[in-house]
Amino acid sequence: MSAIAPPATADTAPPTPDYSEYKLVPARHPWRWVGTVLVAAGVAAIAWSLVTNPRWEWGVVAEWFTAQSVVNGLIETLKLTAISGVLGFVLGFILALMRLSASPLLVSVSWTFSWIFRSTPLLVQLLLWYNLGYLYEKISLGIPFTDVRFFEAQTTTLISQFAAAVLGLTLNQAAYSAEIIRGGILSVDQGQLEAASALGIPAWKRSTRIVLPQAMRAILPNAFNEIIGLVKGTSIVYVLAYSELFYTVQVIYNRTQQVLPLLLVATLWYVVITSVLSVFQYYIERHFSKGALRTLPLTPLQKARKFFTTHVAATPTKETR
Amino acid sequence: MTTVFSSSEAAAAAHLAEAKLAEEPSAPQGGAPQRERTTTARPTAADTKVTRGQVDITNVRKSFGATEVLKGVSLSVRPGGVAVIVGPSGSGKSTLLRTINHLEKVDGGYITIDGELVGYEVRGNKLHELREKDILKQRTNIGMVFQSFNLFPHLTALENVIEAPIVAQKRSKAEARKRGLELLDRVGLKDRADAYPRQLSGGQQQRVAIARALALDPKILLFDEPTSALDPELVNEVLDVIRELAKSGTTLIIVTHEMGFARDVADTVVFMDQGQIVESGTPQDIFANPREERTRSFFSKVIEPAFNI
Repeated sequence: MSAIAPPATADTAPPTPDYSEYKLVPARHPWRWVGTVLVAAGVAAIAWSLVTNPRWEWGVVAEWFTAQSVVNGLIETLKLTAISGVLGFVLGFILALMRLSASPLLVSVSWTFSWIFRSTPLLVQLLLWYNLGYLYEKISLGIPFTDVRFFEAQTTTLISQFAAAVLGLTLNQAAYSAEIIRGGILSVDQGQLEAASALGIPAWKRSTRIVLPQAMRAILPNAFNEIIGLVKGTSIVYVLAYSELFYTVQVIYNRTQQVLPLLLVATLWYVVITSVLSVFQYYIERHFSKGALRTLPLTPLQKARKFFTTHVAATPTKETR
Repeated sequence: MTTVFSSSEAAAAAHLAEAKLAEEPSAPQGGAPQRERTTTARPTAADTKVTRGQVDITNVRKSFGATEVLKGVSLSVRPGGVAVIVGPSGSGKSTLLRTINHLEKVDGGYITIDGELVGYEVRGNKLHELREKDILKQRTNIGMVFQSFNLFPHLTALENVIEAPIVAQKRSKAEARKRGLELLDRVGLKDRADAYPRQLSGGQQQRVAIARALALDPKILLFDEPTSALDPELVNEVLDVIRELAKSGTTLIIVTHEMGFARDVADTVVFMDQGQIVESGTPQDIFANPREERTRSFFSKVIEPAFNI
C-alpha cells in the first residue's frame, strides 16, 4: 500500500514514435496452406478411387437404394429408433430423478437397473426377451398368491419380434440415458434449485422448468450421440430375424451375392439418417443455448445469406434495406 | 433511476422512529422454552398500519456435522422492521437467515412468522415437520435474495419475475406479466425486461432478483449478502433499491458487510459471532457505543477510520 512508485515524469521517459499513419498487416500462416493442399489431395484421391473402381458396383447400389424392400426396412429401422429412443429417454429421465432422489430405495433400484443393463450385452438381452416364453410360459396380471386373474396370455403371443426388439433396445437405452441425464442435472448449479424452492416452486416444476432446460445443454450432445448410436444399433435386431434395414439387405445379398454393394446401400442410408439428425442436433442445441450465450452465433444458413448479401450482391450504397 | 414506491408516510416515519430493546417476545403456542437473548424493536404508534411480517426466532440451534453453527439464537423483528445482521464470516449469519424460510432445517428451537410456525406444525406436544407442499406455500410469504443472484439463466428478466407467480401461485400469465413489468419498473429495469441474465450487469441482475422476490408479495424479504458479489461501483444501485424497500412496510432481514448501509437503513443492528448474537440494538448503540469487547474489535477491523457516526 505504502510502496507506490512515483509517476514517470515527462522528461525521463523516451518519446513514443507516432505510428498512426502505419497500416496494420495480419499475421500470415503459410503452413495452413500446405496442410490444406495435402488434405485436399488425399480427399481427391479417395474420391477418384470410389468413382473409377468398378468393383464398388455403383449401378447395383443405385438399383437397390430405393427398392421397395429396402425402403420398408428403412421405415422399420426409423420406427425402432424413434420408439426405443423416446421410451428410453423418458424412462432414463425417471431413472435419473430416482437416482438423485433422497430415498435410498429409489436410488438403489435405479442404480441396480443401470448396473444390470449396462453390464450385459445387448445381443444377450434381445435373445433373452425373445425367448422369455421359454422361461415363463404365461404372463398374467392378478393378485399374487391367489387365483384371481384379471389378465392372462401366452408369453410367445405377447412377445413378438417387434416387442422383443423394442423392449431390449428401450431398456438398454434407458440405462445409458439415465446416466447422461443425471450428468446433465448435476451440471446445473445448486443455487438454481435453492432459488426455485425459496420461491415456492413445487419439486416437479423445479425439475422440468428450471433444472432440465439448463441441463439440456449438457445432455444434448451426449443424447444425440446415443440416438445416432441407436440408429445403427438397431441393426443388431437382425438376430431376431426382424426385417429392419440391415436384415433386409442381408436377405437380398444372400440371394443375389452382391454383398458389398448392398452393404453400401445400408451404409448410405445410415449416413443420410445421421446427417439429418446432426442438423436437428445443431438447431436443438441452439434453441437450448438461449440465455447461455450473450449473442447466438449465426447459423450456417444465415452465414451463407450474409455472405451472399455482402459479397455477391454488394452494392456501394446501403440505404435500401 | 426511476424507482417509484407507494410508501406511506407512516411507514417511512416508522423506519426513522427510534427502535428500542425490549424483553417481550410474543408468546408462541406450546410452552415457551428458555430464551437466551431476545431483542424486539418495539412497535411505535407510527406503524400501526404495518401489521404483517412479525418474525420471532426462538432459541434456534443448527449443526453441520460436529460443528454447531447456531448455538441458540433468538431474535424478533417487528412488522415492517429492518434488521441488519453483521458479523465475521462463519458466524452463522447466513445460516440463520436460511432457517427463516426453512431452506435450512433447525436442530432445535423454532421460528414463527405472525405467530405461525415455519416448517412445522403442532400435533399433541410435538412439532411435526410440514409436508413439502405446505412448506412451499409458506415460502411464498418470504422472499429471498441471494449473494450470487441465482437468476434462472435460460429465462429473460421478466420470465424470471413471473415464473413463481404463475407456477406457485397459479396467477394468470397476463396478470403476472403486468405485475412483473411494474416490479421491473420499480427496480429501474423496465427497458431490460427481455434481456437474459447474462446480458445484464451484476447490479442489474441483483435488481431483477429483488423484483423476482417481490413478485410473490411477501411479508418478509431476506437478503443474503446481496452486494458481496458485485463490483464496488455497482453496489449502490442495489443498496438504493433496498433503501426504498425499507420504507415500504415489508419486513427486511439483511445480512451484509456494508456497514455504512447498515447504519443508514437498519432500525435494529444484530452483531453475531460464533453462532450467537453477541449484542443487538439501534445502529447508534451498536456502531457508536458497543457494550461488548468482541463487537468493538470487529468494528475496529471492518470500519475505516474515516467512518463516523
